[in-house]
Amino acid sequence: MIDTVYNLMTGFSVALQPQMLLFATVGCIIGTLVGMLPGVGPLAGISLLLPATFGLDPTTAIILLGGIYYGAMYGGSTTSILMRIPGEAASVMTCIDGYAMTQNGRGGPALTIAAIGSFVAGTISVIGLMLLAPPLAALALRFGPPEYFALLTLGLLVLAVMSGGSTPKTLAMAALGLFLGTIGIDLMTGFFRFQYGVVELSDGLGIVPVAVGLFGISEIMLTAGRENPPVVQKPKLRDLPPSAVELRQAAAPVARGTVLGFLIGIIPGSAHIISAFVSYALERRISKHPERFGHGAVAGVAGPESANNAAACGAFVPMLALGVPSGPIPAVMLAALMVHGIAPGPLLMDQEPRLFWGFIASMYVGNLVLLILNLPLVGLFINLLRIPYAYLYPAIAVFCVLGVYAVNQNVVDVWIMVAMGALGYVLRKFDFEVAPIVLGVVLSPMLETALRQSLAMSSGDYAILIQRPISATMLALTASLCIVALAPILRDADGWRRRLGLER
Amino acid sequence: MRRGLPGRCAASGASKKRRTDRRALEYFSMNWRGVGQLARDRLAGAALIALACVMAWEATRLPVGSLAAPGPGYWPLALAIALGGFAAIVFLARTSPPVEQIGWKEAPRAAVVLAACVFAALAIERLGYRLTVFAVLVVLLAVVERRHPAAAMAVALAIALGSYFLFADLLRVPLPRGPAGI
Repeated sequence: MIDTVYNLMTGFSVALQPQMLLFATVGCIIGTLVGMLPGVGPLAGISLLLPATFGLDPTTAIILLGGIYYGAMYGGSTTSILMRIPGEAASVMTCIDGYAMTQNGRGGPALTIAAIGSFVAGTISVIGLMLLAPPLAALALRFGPPEYFALLTLGLLVLAVMSGGSTPKTLAMAALGLFLGTIGIDLMTGFFRFQYGVVELSDGLGIVPVAVGLFGISEIMLTAGRENPPVVQKPKLRDLPPSAVELRQAAAPVARGTVLGFLIGIIPGSAHIISAFVSYALERRISKHPERFGHGAVAGVAGPESANNAAACGAFVPMLALGVPSGPIPAVMLAALMVHGIAPGPLLMDQEPRLFWGFIASMYVGNLVLLILNLPLVGLFINLLRIPYAYLYPAIAVFCVLGVYAVNQNVVDVWIMVAMGALGYVLRKFDFEVAPIVLGVVLSPMLETALRQSLAMSSGDYAILIQRPISATMLALTASLCIVALAPILRDADGWRRRLGLER
Repeated sequence: MRRGLPGRCAASGASKKRRTDRRALEYFSMNWRGVGQLARDRLAGAALIALACVMAWEATRLPVGSLAAPGPGYWPLALAIALGGFAAIVFLARTSPPVEQIGWKEAPRAAVVLAACVFAALAIERLGYRLTVFAVLVVLLAVVERRHPAAAMAVALAIALGSYFLFADLLRVPLPRGPAGI
């Protein structure tokens, strides 16, 4: 514990340097703007701004990207509350009661409750992250290839089961992503796979063009041609403070949302989105007045907002402690670390203490910056949405091209982005989730290497995966999840002949 | 009679062709309607199964190795089989709304956005960043969105020069220059 406090002090000595404070603030502001723009979620925002961090040292870069991430989470809630436009997916639940509060003339207090909830959840989750990451990293040092294989398989399956959509569809997308991740040189044999003479594909598909194509370009394609933005309601500074009753109503949902969000955040998957949905459902179920939900219930804003911010912090636990991304956003952050020559994994804490603890300390700073800066400036930020969408989307498309090209100064990446944009557009039209593709592309080389190294260790005996206790436990969990996920489909299997028209 | 015969033949030939054309049109429109009435997941599942077959075939062109000693083609083949399996479940297990219920209202503009990105990919290293961005924005704003040409050009110029200054000059991101260093 004393070590943790000492390390945190080191972290604050990094995060409170004027330059770091400036970059954390800039990151929060950019993130808020990015989160407000429909079509540019935190993932596309971080991917686009990744090249801008190349000139910075790794610690500054990761602090800037972290600021963009939680700024975007906060920005999404502002547009949800004031305009019923979720800037990003996690804010969908906030739209319901947040916008209802705005219509009841309580838009200002709704914004303040969301900001306080996010701040409390963010701060408490960082404490959780600080306490949980070091022991997890110590445990991870005992991980060999079989354990990593089991962990990554479990992570992918959890994503599929918890994503909310159809499980077979999500698993199909994960398989497609994993396949796309095999493009390039086979690390074990040096064989070129699916390269078709394109030298630039030797290193595989980059995470940035894949993410920007699937999220950014496909979103622009889906929303192009939208009419002018709706009327914006600007709350004044004096309207912001909530009443004592509203604060009392928000306290318990914030606490529950924080715990729930953090726990869900650690589990791989689109955690911050799921956590908001689960928190809303929980608050509604345990409320004495469930009929108020949908008509401006304070708990309907406080719970989901706290949960999604707590989950955003929780998602950094496996990323920092194990070097395993728990979702597409931590995957891009990992890519950023690798670009700067830092190897993520359990040794990160020992090898790069300034970066590790500086990043954790910067989260406290970032949360405070968001609270101080965003509420008074909400009227200013909201002006961004007055720009007609006809001007906004061409500019976003251009920035997508810029962001993707600038990572490697490679035009092949732009082609990959275009292809992924078209693929994402069609897949989203057919109700497929694209996040598992991004995660699959990142995890595929890790999964394949872990499997083949495990087999090399055991002279080709697959029993190694179930002989070691940690991997056996994780694979047992994976199998149970598989059964839970596929049971309804198998139970319903009798109906398939009828549905195909083979039986009358 | 003899003279009329070819004429009549020609007339009957033309009407036969018209009938055939109409039938072909009906056939195609019926079939298209058939595709439209197909459940969304059924079409998607079938397409993914086809994709999985292509992936499996491509994977088998690499040395697959054995179960105990996997080669470079082993993992992609396993993934192609997994994709095929999940796609088959999507095909069989779910009843979803028909394909024709998917709205494609935004499709023409979506195609233009994609075409603009293709142009950018082709032009960025030939024309340079600033000219490419300017051209893309002018087309999207003035032609697609029908904004006033002067406004479109002003916005395009501001974004092209402003973003270049921010990224290339301030943040030192190397961006390509075009003819005469523009």
